[in-house]
Amino acid sequence: MNFDLTNITELPAGPDAAHIALFALTLILLLITLVRGGKKTVEIEKIVEKEVPVEIEKIVEVIKHVDVEKIVEIEKFVEIKAPLQEASPAAACQLLSLLQNEARFVDFIQEDLTGATDEQIGAAARIIHTGSKKVINEYFTFTPIRTEEEESQVTVAEGFNPSEIKLIGNVLGSAPYRGILVHQGWKISNVNLPKLAQGHNANIVAAAEVEL
Amino acid sequence: MSDITMSEIAAQYSIGIDLGTTHCVLSYIDLTDESDQAAKQLFAIPQLSAPGSVTEKFQLPSFVYQAHAEEISQDQTPLPWDGENTALVGDVARQLGLKTPIRLVSSAKSWLSHATVSPHDAILPFSSPDEVEKISPVTATSQYLNHLAAAWNDAHPDAPISEQDVTITIPASFDPAARNLTAQAAQDLNLKHLNLLEEPQAAVYSWLEACGDEWRDQVNVGDTILVVDIGGGTTDLSLISVEESEGNLTLSRVAVGEHILLGGDNMDLALAYRLKMKLMQEGKQLQPWQIQAITHACRDAKEQLLLDNDIEAMPIVIPSRGSKLIAGTMQTELTREEVHQTILDGFFPATAVTDMPQQNTRTALTQIGLPYAQDAAITKHIAHFLNKQHGALETDAGDFIKPTAVLFNGGVFKSDAISTKLMGIINDWLITADVEEEATLLTGIDLDLAVANGACYHGYAKHGKGVRIKGGLASSYYVGVESSMPAIPGFEPPLEAVCIAPFGLEEGSNVDVTTHQFGLVVGQPVKFKFFGSTVRRDDVVGTHLDFWQPEDLEQLPDIEVSLETSSRNSGDVVPVSLSVTVTEVGTLKIEAIADDSDEAWEIELTVRQ
Repeated sequence: MNFDLTNITELPAGPDAAHIALFALTLILLLITLVRGGKKTVEIEKIVEKEVPVEIEKIVEVIKHVDVEKIVEIEKFVEIKAPLQEASPAAACQLLSLLQNEARFVDFIQEDLTGATDEQIGAAARIIHTGSKKVINEYFTFTPIRTEEEESQVTVAEGFNPSEIKLIGNVLGSAPYRGILVHQGWKISNVNLPKLAQGHNANIVAAAEVEL
Repeated sequence: MSDITMSEIAAQYSIGIDLGTTHCVLSYIDLTDESDQAAKQLFAIPQLSAPGSVTEKFQLPSFVYQAHAEEISQDQTPLPWDGENTALVGDVARQLGLKTPIRLVSSAKSWLSHATVSPHDAILPFSSPDEVEKISPVTATSQYLNHLAAAWNDAHPDAPISEQDVTITIPASFDPAARNLTAQAAQDLNLKHLNLLEEPQAAVYSWLEACGDEWRDQVNVGDTILVVDIGGGTTDLSLISVEESEGNLTLSRVAVGEHILLGGDNMDLALAYRLKMKLMQEGKQLQPWQIQAITHACRDAKEQLLLDNDIEAMPIVIPSRGSKLIAGTMQTELTREEVHQTILDGFFPATAVTDMPQQNTRTALTQIGLPYAQDAAITKHIAHFLNKQHGALETDAGDFIKPTAVLFNGGVFKSDAISTKLMGIINDWLITADVEEEATLLTGIDLDLAVANGACYHGYAKHGKGVRIKGGLASSYYVGVESSMPAIPGFEPPLEAVCIAPFGLEEGSNVDVTTHQFGLVVGQPVKFKFFGSTVRRDDVVGTHLDFWQPEDLEQLPDIEVSLETSSRNSGDVVPVSLSVTVTEVGTLKIEAIADDSDEAWEIELTVRQ
């Protein structure tokens, strides 16, 4: 159950709206990169069959290895000896559709903001923030990668996972590394996206509406 | 042999279903868990969130959408389980209904207890065009239950719901007919163990569960707990008395309130209309769909502004409908003062305990619809209940019941401002009446989930694992008989009432009305006038009333029996006496038993005028 109150009063109005939008967009791009597998749509198979028959095997191999239910376990992907994986367009489109329905995300990004006042953008930002927060909280569970206070001294142990922890600055010497935690990091520990009907066209992000 | 073994399988789970006006929740406890604190769990209900998209949510919105034939193709309504998923129930229905309200079935539960419409008539969506296929309130209710059952069975193939101990909650104010209808709506589930539980009682069960053994430290013998349960659409009141039996504390539900169609949704709507007026003064006209958007935004803003913080105003943004977000968006704000005026002063005004709700005489042209409460002041409804039930306790309570403890339930009370104000008003009443100790506020329940949690704990307690609340009939029941007197032209013979079921009659008990015999005509339906009283506690079966205060006896929908029998000739008069049973489920069953044979006919409770 999600009874989260969205404390939108804390949200600065005005040009920061654009930052929120940027954040959301970055997030989506990140998710598109992370989310693999998903539903293998018939469409993709057909295209692959026609155009690059040699690669069929490889792609199928990848899909076999990817555990659809555990799309978040990034480590697994690293072990797979495959050059590149096809991101699932359906999952990405679905997320955009959710963000559009709840937060009018696509509408906002498609709009020309030249000439719009900060007040108008601020009002739109509230819609985007409230709706995006609802979608993000409902379908994703985030946990910080490091639980220590930011700006405090932390130790990075030997054998750390470089995709989880990024060393920056004077990257010298050997583990254990001591440094300042700049950003705690975020990890998606659970994805609970709606399941789609067979043959559902995820490319339709928002249906056209005709009032009778 | 196999039949016997089947019936011997004990239920593995106790399932509690909060069958709410606006949404349903299911929670459950594993009965085979031997540990002291068996954990209750919420069940995530798979449902369509949009055509073609299935999601799991803990709430199943209580709506059905009657889609147009060309609106949604069949392959866009998949659900995880097999079978015909023809009815669009839950989140998808609510979403689609926001934009096409004429096809949305809502508030089916309130229609179950409607006085003038038969709940078996296909009337919903109410007053929508003839072209929209209609269903009855009972059918809608059964569609919610069927969805929950299918979801449960899909997730628990080894423990089908039909074998489990299922408790469905109902408003305490439901009359016998509405209770029977709820049980009927559950018929498709083929439940072996079904119980109906009043929602305020469920809240108390939830409190008992939350307290564990410590509940005995919080209340004492002689205490009276007032339960105020404000749901989305209704306000439900009950009194629970703390008694002693064989050295143990016991709880007994001694009174229930009237059916008040007034709840949290009314508050959101009141705020939305206030903002509508404000925008109109600025020269901005609102479309109906914008009112909906405002109502939705007001709900969230209200909760913030009623918390103990220093936020003075919350922005309310109404997005445009078209793809241009910047140009068509309207903005206003809801201030703390507006919320306080509308909610705290409007719904919870500081009135005296003698202030009763206003009953305006309705104009002759009242549209048939749900009988919404005319007075929004919840405090007056509570005062009315405490006054009306002044005789509910063994001890003399004086003019009104003085509760020693109060339990609030419902999302409305997430606001401290509301619970503090209401508690203050109740304590003011006590102080004015020279009561020395203030009533204590019982806390610890989850205001959104207490009803479902309490319902599953009730099933758990039934297995001897926890405290049970003694219930029984919260009304005494009467049939109307015409008095025998010489006919006076122009006057109907006065009506007399005979008590057929006493107050407090417990589940599983039966009484026969031996003092009165009735003559029924074979082949002709016979109607009885039917009354209930929540205040005449001392009437025994057969008590004959030829005079009563109008507020003492409430006339319920007529009841009807039709004698179909092959052994008698049409037109014969059969002498019968009445027999009343409170079933284990918690419904009322009235039978006419022939005095000269062993035939019996069930009397229908659901006839509406």
